[in-house]
Amino acid sequence: MNPVRKQRLMVVLAILVGLAIAVGLAVYALRQNINLFYTPQQVVSGEAPVGTKMRVGGLVEEGSVRRDPQTLDVTFAVTDGKGTFDIHYQGILPDLFREGQGVVANGTLVSRDRFEADEVLAKHDETYMPPEVQDALEKAGHPGNAGKTGQNGEAGSYGGQYGDP
Amino acid sequence: MWKTIKRWYHQLGSPRYFYGFCNAVLPWLVPIALVVLVVGLAWGLAWAPVERYQGDSYRIIYIHVPASSGALMGYIAMGVAGLVALVWRMKMAEVMLKALAPFGAVLAAVSLITGALWGKPTWGTYWQWDARMTSMLILLFLYLGIIALQSAIRDPRQAARAASLLAVVGVINVVIVKYSVEWLQTLHQGATLKMVGESSINDAMKYPLLISMLGLWLLYAANVLIRARAEVLSRERRSGWVRKLVAPGDGKGGR
Repeated sequence: MNPVRKQRLMVVLAILVGLAIAVGLAVYALRQNINLFYTPQQVVSGEAPVGTKMRVGGLVEEGSVRRDPQTLDVTFAVTDGKGTFDIHYQGILPDLFREGQGVVANGTLVSRDRFEADEVLAKHDETYMPPEVQDALEKAGHPGNAGKTGQNGEAGSYGGQYGDP
Repeated sequence: MWKTIKRWYHQLGSPRYFYGFCNAVLPWLVPIALVVLVVGLAWGLAWAPVERYQGDSYRIIYIHVPASSGALMGYIAMGVAGLVALVWRMKMAEVMLKALAPFGAVLAAVSLITGALWGKPTWGTYWQWDARMTSMLILLFLYLGIIALQSAIRDPRQAARAASLLAVVGVINVVIVKYSVEWLQTLHQGATLKMVGESSINDAMKYPLLISMLGLWLLYAANVLIRARAEVLSRERRSGWVRKLVAPGDGKGGR
């Protein structure tokens, strides 16, 4: 490569690397603001501020959903395996809300173990499978609800592997 | 292998050869792209099984994922073209940079719109300032910025240099779009299709998705070649071969 081009390549790469480092550091420094929500661990450990508007997220704990038969009040526990707290919400939950699946709630942390939500969003995992496949998995003794294991971890490595029933 | 790539690089770097290449490829590429896309979409939208939780609403994946992946890959291609244009001052790289932008911008917009329409029934919201969604919006703005920059500067070579720098620098945002769901807490779920390892989508749903993606990428490639061919003719309008093409028989060219 001739020296002029080599120099131009070096200048462009230097700009790119410099900017990438700058953006990386900025995202790292601001990640608490860029993260959409606080995890249960952060709520329980005291990282999340009490009494301010914020979002929290986690998995709905199995068997924790309690609905008031008279009103739209619903209380459920969210967990990430490292911390658990209760969310109270009055309103209609999204269709994908179910035990073992992820949610993101917008509202206020009243105390370290209680969150008052104004809005509850369902967070679905990256697994897609037809209902028949899930039935077959459940019959075979696998946990059909793959979302239970977590949001980003090993959740749902089932799809595809088993093909059509 | 390396020699073949090098020869291709030099041949396609010549506007005249590139023009001939487009004319040879496009009559095949356009129908193939359309057939593949229609097969993928029809299979996905009509015949693929329903999803266990989302029912039929998950089917928008067959538009959302191909559009998003096309927008991201198009931007990476623009970054590569920008680097070649900046360092080697290759004219065809400048042409490709310009040709890649419009369809990529449309795909980024389609990705955002279908994402919002999908988000409402599944998540319960059209939009959140989530890292994945925000970085995808920035990708759309980068595309629009590159298009605007190119048309704001009259001299095509000056315009290409400014746009090239923006294209190269903007590749950082593609990395953020891709890894935002892994590095940060987002509402958007992680990647379903994985380069390595098992994808977490059932095969009966995966194949139409892969076919739709391939079809849309081919359509994007065809669009880029059509745009680049027109740009080559416009840039080379004073050269002998274009004059001969426009006004055959007249040795000195028309008008």
